[in-house]
Amino acid sequence: MRKFLLLTSLVVTAGLVTTSLTPVVGHADSASAVDGKMQALPDGEAVYHHVCQSCHMPDGKGAVGAGARFPALAGNPKLQSADYPAYVVLNGHGGMPWFSGLLNDQQVVNVVNYIRTHFGNHYTDTLKLEDISGMRPQLSAEEE
Amino acid sequence: MPHAHPPTAPTRRQLLTRIGTLAGSAALYQAMTSLGHAMGTDFRGPPQLSGAKPGTRVLVLGAGLAGMLSAYELRKAGYKVQILEFQSRSGGRNISLRGGDTIREMGGATQKVGFASGNYINPGPWRIPYHHQGLLHYCQEFGVQLEPFIELNHNSWLHSTDAFGGKAVRYRELASDFNGFTAELLTKAIDQHKLDELVSEDERAHLRQAMHSWGALNKDMAYTKGNTSSLRRGFEKPQGGGVDGAPVPSAPFARKDVMQSGLWNWMAFHERLDMQTTMFQPVGGMDQIGKGFTRQVKDLITLNCKVSSIHQDDQGVTVTYTDTAHGDTVRQAQADYCVCTIPLPVLSQLDVQVTGGLKAAIAAVPYASSVKMGMEFKRRFWEQDDQIYGGISFTDQQISQISYPSNGIFSKGPAVLLGGYMFGPAAYDFAGMTPEERIERALKQGMAIHPQYRKEFSNGISFAWSRVPWTLGCCSMWTEEARKTHYKTLCTMDNRLVLAGEHASYVGCWQEGAILSALAAVTSLHKRALGAA
Repeated sequence: MRKFLLLTSLVVTAGLVTTSLTPVVGHADSASAVDGKMQALPDGEAVYHHVCQSCHMPDGKGAVGAGARFPALAGNPKLQSADYPAYVVLNGHGGMPWFSGLLNDQQVVNVVNYIRTHFGNHYTDTLKLEDISGMRPQLSAEEE
Repeated sequence: MPHAHPPTAPTRRQLLTRIGTLAGSAALYQAMTSLGHAMGTDFRGPPQLSGAKPGTRVLVLGAGLAGMLSAYELRKAGYKVQILEFQSRSGGRNISLRGGDTIREMGGATQKVGFASGNYINPGPWRIPYHHQGLLHYCQEFGVQLEPFIELNHNSWLHSTDAFGGKAVRYRELASDFNGFTAELLTKAIDQHKLDELVSEDERAHLRQAMHSWGALNKDMAYTKGNTSSLRRGFEKPQGGGVDGAPVPSAPFARKDVMQSGLWNWMAFHERLDMQTTMFQPVGGMDQIGKGFTRQVKDLITLNCKVSSIHQDDQGVTVTYTDTAHGDTVRQAQADYCVCTIPLPVLSQLDVQVTGGLKAAIAAVPYASSVKMGMEFKRRFWEQDDQIYGGISFTDQQISQISYPSNGIFSKGPAVLLGGYMFGPAAYDFAGMTPEERIERALKQGMAIHPQYRKEFSNGISFAWSRVPWTLGCCSMWTEEARKTHYKTLCTMDNRLVLAGEHASYVGCWQEGAILSALAAVTSLHKRALGAA
């Protein structure tokens, strides 16, 4: 899994992701094949729509499972400090994967600012790029 | 290789790397088998456990393969075993979906499966490598009939939106051309004395010979249009009978198009140990394995139990759960020991009384997101129109692949194929869609490979693992860092509790991982119970 995330981040860093789709090849953490393409994720809404809502749901209200849940982002007091969601997005939390390989710093900042100003959240302070420098974890691929 | 489609011609070093990837694994495998090393996973036969202290109780949480196998082996050893399962079915991620089944996702989406009688899709595990000897052993012991699963099909399609004008090419064409051009280049390098420093004269001669046959080169050591190459990639006019039976050879693709296509990735994919032939599937659907396991331990399973806490002390283990089949009554179960197979994204949110180290380990392993599409078509057009019998076509679009059923080949009537199998970004995107949107997207992308797709489509479902209430994801994702810090703790018995499941193995995301972890768990539990550990 990590292998593909690293590849993605390399491509992103190289500035090759604009409007074109990026092929992401070579990952097989599982009985799976190769990942499909990744959309351009130009703003926070796009990141939320194409990544986050798969678990946190389109309305940001999360969902309940077997004695466990996907936490709501709507009205979640943990969003008071923008650092917390930024850290969780980059490093993961429990069952939630880390997104440091998939998202660049700008995309992390964008999506954190998005969730803190939507779903009934009205935080007025804005997360900036420099606020998350140093949060990005050093994770390495398991040999597959 | 950060980009699958390098814009410029590959360097010599890049080419050699590719050869290493493609030829190297086969060569290594051959070398290993001749030494007798490549025997399979770490399965050394079923555990020989016996002599449990009479009356010792074990509570197993989860009736997936790991839980049911733990229960089976522990009962055999003399323990009094009980299994609590959240779902109203046993089998865990070992599932097949058939007409009439209902899929309920977190978030509320509900899908009714509309497949014709006899058709099914395996939304979870769907193929078994021949070297997963633990799983194969228990399939035989429990009377689960297996049949070959077709992984590699030389007549399937390879598709990239950026290669060959977006037109799909046959696997055999691409593979033959890649091998042929690579062999030709390597031969040229030898003949132009560019490998003299690296390779001895004897070895150069052997290599040259090998390239001649491996690459289907002609007598001039060239890969060109002719019968030799067409006997690999297929003819323009196939070999026939009678006076007009002479074949017409086909022209290979341009070398630079082959090299820049990125499609050789799919050749390497099938060379992975996990994907090598022969692979298997149960006759009648993957859930035949779950059913086979269930037959052994059915009397031990209580369904509809939602566990909320696991407590333990010197006396034993107490598990609190909600009996969702009886008015959400809260109950408790007690035992001397516990095997817990609850997937980690769920377990990490429960009240579990374990040491800080194990607690941290349970919270350290996220689960991948994965989506599968099960799509039924009115007829087997891939067989009837395209002569594709089983196997997989690959694409660089989100759906990633289309896999054709290995069973029921040549049968008339509707059939179900796997219309998409996604991890990573595509899985996040698809999981975030409505079921209708997923089908529409899969149809649209499938059209790039099969123009008959929309016309022949009957009905379909999607299975988004991140929205499954009892796993919250597909399977474990380990980093090197997490493995180093947490793996041993995760697998070590914590007082009276031991974990099992694919997450507690090095065969993650495979059923074999569940089997091997269960065997390791029951073995350490037995030692602990006998006072030996």
